[in-house]
Amino acid sequence: MIILEWLGLAESAALLSLSAPGWGSNLLRGLANSLQIAFGAFGMGLIIGLFGAYGKLYGGPVLRDLLAIYTTVIRAVPELVLILILYYVGTDLINKAAALMGYGRVEISGVVAGIWVLGIVQGAYATEVLRGAILAVPPGQIEAARAYGMPALMTMRRVTIPAMMAFATPGLANLWLIATKDTALLAVVGFNELTLETKQAASSTRAYFTFFLAAGGLYLMVTLCSGAVFARIEKWARRGQPSLREGRS
Amino acid sequence: MTTVKSLMQPHRIVMMALFAAFVLWCALSMRWDWIPKYAPLALEGLWTTLWILVVTTVLGFLLAIPLGLAQAIGPWYLSAPARLFCTVIRGTPLLLQIWLLYYGLGSLFPQFPWIRSSELWPYLRQAWPYAVMALTLSYAGYEGEVMRGAFSGVAKGQLEAAKSFGMPRFTMFRRIWLPQAIRNVLPTLGGETILQLKATPLVATITVVEIYAVSSRVRADTFIVYEPLLLLALAYMIIAGLIGLAFKRFENQGPGRR
Repeated sequence: MIILEWLGLAESAALLSLSAPGWGSNLLRGLANSLQIAFGAFGMGLIIGLFGAYGKLYGGPVLRDLLAIYTTVIRAVPELVLILILYYVGTDLINKAAALMGYGRVEISGVVAGIWVLGIVQGAYATEVLRGAILAVPPGQIEAARAYGMPALMTMRRVTIPAMMAFATPGLANLWLIATKDTALLAVVGFNELTLETKQAASSTRAYFTFFLAAGGLYLMVTLCSGAVFARIEKWARRGQPSLREGRS
Repeated sequence: MTTVKSLMQPHRIVMMALFAAFVLWCALSMRWDWIPKYAPLALEGLWTTLWILVVTTVLGFLLAIPLGLAQAIGPWYLSAPARLFCTVIRGTPLLLQIWLLYYGLGSLFPQFPWIRSSELWPYLRQAWPYAVMALTLSYAGYEGEVMRGAFSGVAKGQLEAAKSFGMPRFTMFRRIWLPQAIRNVLPTLGGETILQLKATPLVATITVVEIYAVSSRVRADTFIVYEPLLLLALAYMIIAGLIGLAFKRFENQGPGRR
């Protein structure tokens, strides 16, 4: 407390405190919302990406062309525009379905809408990352599994996915960081995640720097922590593989 | 390269026919009567998007060169701040950075009388300087990291050869090191420039009227939801395609590697 006093930060600390006059709990609630959406969108993106990558590699010509259009369009249009389009399309579709089944207008929760919108965007990027990773698996390993008569799903579970993890982790780590940062875009459609909570707190107290810097610190903490986690995952996925440093002079 | 022959496969012909039918359906059954009224505004917005994109990428790239150099070969008192800057920029959402600069600095500046009376004040009261600043810093942060890899990726022998010719250090940097570093990362830079294009609509949140803001205004004025958004997506796709083509031409210009 004395140190804060001395640095002239006592006022900021009071604004950020967790109890009632402070806005700390609002920021933390926003962070929890952001993380929830980021987790959901990342997971949905992984599932879409896995199927997309398999479709792009082993699917028929029509499926391949459709997936190519999906990944190209999603990656060329700004996320903000996609979020708006998918948000309106999603709510329209659900309301039409509800009307057909005889219900009234359905209110869609922000978390679900955020996960659906960001998940589709993430799926396009994940498709490309996983496709590259599957291609990097030596084809002999997959052929060996097939030669033993392993069913396709078991080959995927036992051979392809473990073998491609090492190649996919860096790209997936990047995607996770993009997912956490893209949650901020949902502020524009009025969803109460960290960035919007911060802006509301800042504009009602006029202490813009305090709140935006605090939120920046929170985001930075999330990215740095997940960087450490992904480094461990990569180390685990690469176990048994020769290190890249060795063998080169 | 897509050739005419590869487009003439039966399933692609069917897909193109379906797409043409979709476009026709859009043109006939959706509402486009708002276009003449908003066309001048849309052109203005397009122009704003383009100049913000060009100015911020050029300025950001110029900033990225010293950032990358400091991280690649600089002493610790230069490389540590450069690395910190890149980490902070890459670790926080761009929207937060834009709002921090616009609302934060924007509320700080009027408290100083000497800023209010300075020549720059008429500009500082508008939104676009903050937008340009935020996007420039963001591009510099991402590109600083790219340029670090690029500078350390240039073959040592090239630099040693230049040194043995007695080339001064700055000439060596200008003639040998920088051109080779840039050539190595041209594909990455192309991708990052498209990402920068996709970041420009964020400045609409601080009242800069670019093309995304125009589409929002159409939606707010006329309650037409899908048509402006579809046109907007189409415009961004065209610009992204043009950027991709331009970078492909740059890549083909130099001596072929591989």
